[in-house]
Amino acid sequence: MAYKIIASQCTGCSACEFECPSSAIKEKGGIFFIDPNKCTECEGVFDSPQCASVCPVDNTCVPA
Amino acid sequence: MASQVISLSAIGRVTSVDEMKARMPAGGCGASSAKGQTSCGSSQGQGDMPPEVWEKVKDHPCYSEEAHHYFARMHVAVAPACNIQCNYCNRKYDCANESRPGVVSEKLTPEQAARKVVAVASEVPQLSVLGIAGPGDALANPQKTFRTFELVAEALPHIKLCLSTNGLALPDHVDTIARYNVDHVTVTLNAVDPDVGAEIYPWIFYNHRRWKGRDAAEILLERQMKGLEMLTAAGILVKVNSVMIPGINDEHLKLVNAEVKKRGAFLHNVMPLISDPAHGTHFGLTGQRGPNPAELKSLQDALDGGAKLMKHCRQCRADAVGLLGEDRGAEFTLDKIPEMPVFDPAKREAYVALVEQEREDRRKASEQAQAEVADLAGESLLVAVATKGGGRINQHFGHAREFQVYEVDARGARFVGHRRADNYCQGGYGEEDKLEEVIAALEGVAAVMVAKIGDCPKARLEEAGIEAVEDYAFDWIETSAMAWYAGKMADLNHVDARTA
Ligand code: SF4
Ligand code: SF4
Ligand code: SF4
Repeated sequence: MAYKIIASQCTGCSACEFECPSSAIKEKGGIFFIDPNKCTECEGVFDSPQCASVCPVDNTCVPA
Repeated sequence: MASQVISLSAIGRVTSVDEMKARMPAGGCGASSAKGQTSCGSSQGQGDMPPEVWEKVKDHPCYSEEAHHYFARMHVAVAPACNIQCNYCNRKYDCANESRPGVVSEKLTPEQAARKVVAVASEVPQLSVLGIAGPGDALANPQKTFRTFELVAEALPHIKLCLSTNGLALPDHVDTIARYNVDHVTVTLNAVDPDVGAEIYPWIFYNHRRWKGRDAAEILLERQMKGLEMLTAAGILVKVNSVMIPGINDEHLKLVNAEVKKRGAFLHNVMPLISDPAHGTHFGLTGQRGPNPAELKSLQDALDGGAKLMKHCRQCRADAVGLLGEDRGAEFTLDKIPEMPVFDPAKREAYVALVEQEREDRRKASEQAQAEVADLAGESLLVAVATKGGGRINQHFGHAREFQVYEVDARGARFVGHRRADNYCQGGYGEEDKLEEVIAALEGVAAVMVAKIGDCPKARLEEAGIEAVEDYAFDWIETSAMAWYAGKMADLNHVDARTA
């Protein structure tokens, strides 16, 4: 159970990184990605996955 | 780019106009530079601003029409994230509230940004303002924004700090804004009615969830108003920006104007929606058009006397550097600045003293010219000016990517706004369709005053009913505009006398 970022659509805005409650989102050389071992899909913390709710590009933070 | 750069000597006390003319690059076009630049600015001198407000804005290029001839601002792009979506924005690019659409800035860390500001300050003594305006929302990235302010305030205490925001997170940060001594905040606010807002903002991210439609607009507008009130209460200057979207909020902006004025905004700046399908924005794709210059001016005129209008914001890009319509940002990218730049305050002090004198001279010359036109009767005319700064007509027509427009009549010459036309010289001199673009941008203007102009564009302008005037090259703008007007009226009367 984890989310992933479709890198080709990502603008690199970093909004998701800031909102993630599990520190699962990292950036390397301008590319953002989600660590599947850390992502909890925000279960038990928030009603909706934060990355997908804040991301400005539809269908970019999606279930892996 | 060289011809776009203002050197200290070019802007300073040049006694001989001939000397300046000699420095003008000979005809032709050598200008090429990064696209999409801009800068900002506002109303005339002190006017009826309260003294404490004038003291804060008089050297601020975005707020004082006069200062924007002499002082420079820069933006650093440290804030990429945003917490809302606007229908005129495509987040692949910079925040459209603060930048022209379709522009991408060099993203920096706070440390890199501080280094860049010091490097610019040591090269450009005109630098007086640092703004954080994106490329997303300054307050959706609070750590990065405030860390940058902290570093810059340490290194360069004379630099004024300002930031821009959509207002959603504003109420949470007013205390911090006050603590960092930020004296100007810009809030982009396009509606006060959630039904209007819902047509502009499809969603917001607030309290850990995404809100849509009217609910989203309701929260956002409430937060904007609250933030505005809190800033005013804390004694921080607030400017409100609105994007004019014909058919959606154009009439509504009159109400917005009244509401923001009530809450203490010292300026209300209306910017045109810039809409192009190529930018991939919602409005671009649905064919929502932007206002034409006449529509914009008529709204601005209707709002005058409300919150003071800032007529010359040029929608800077998030990493803009420079004066007026110039952007020297490309000279100061990270790879071009030293590891440890050093700032020498003496250069800046000399410049500030020079400007005080120049401003005084300009004011006197303008008063004198005004006395001369005072008893002329005639309709007011619009005059466009090509200028690189210093309050003078000192730019080649082909190098001007925007023109300052003055309204001239017996009451004098008043700055009324600017017209943009992307540098038609860029693709080679005299390129036909680019020139047509300039002519379209100059609609309604009777004359364009330039330092120099080629014969072809001059003839084409004349065909379009716009007189190209080179006689006042390197002279002060207001004085020259009034002198030209006086000549024009004298000619007219002469003709009238003959035909009568
Ligand atoms: S779903 Fe939640 S936990 Fe997983 S990456 Fe997104 S924000 Fe982080
Ligand atoms: S919020 Fe979306 S666009 Fe922004 S960095 Fe994360 S995945 Fe990329
Ligand atoms: S606030 Fe700025 S960055 Fe955010 S969506 Fe609106 S225009 Fe774009």
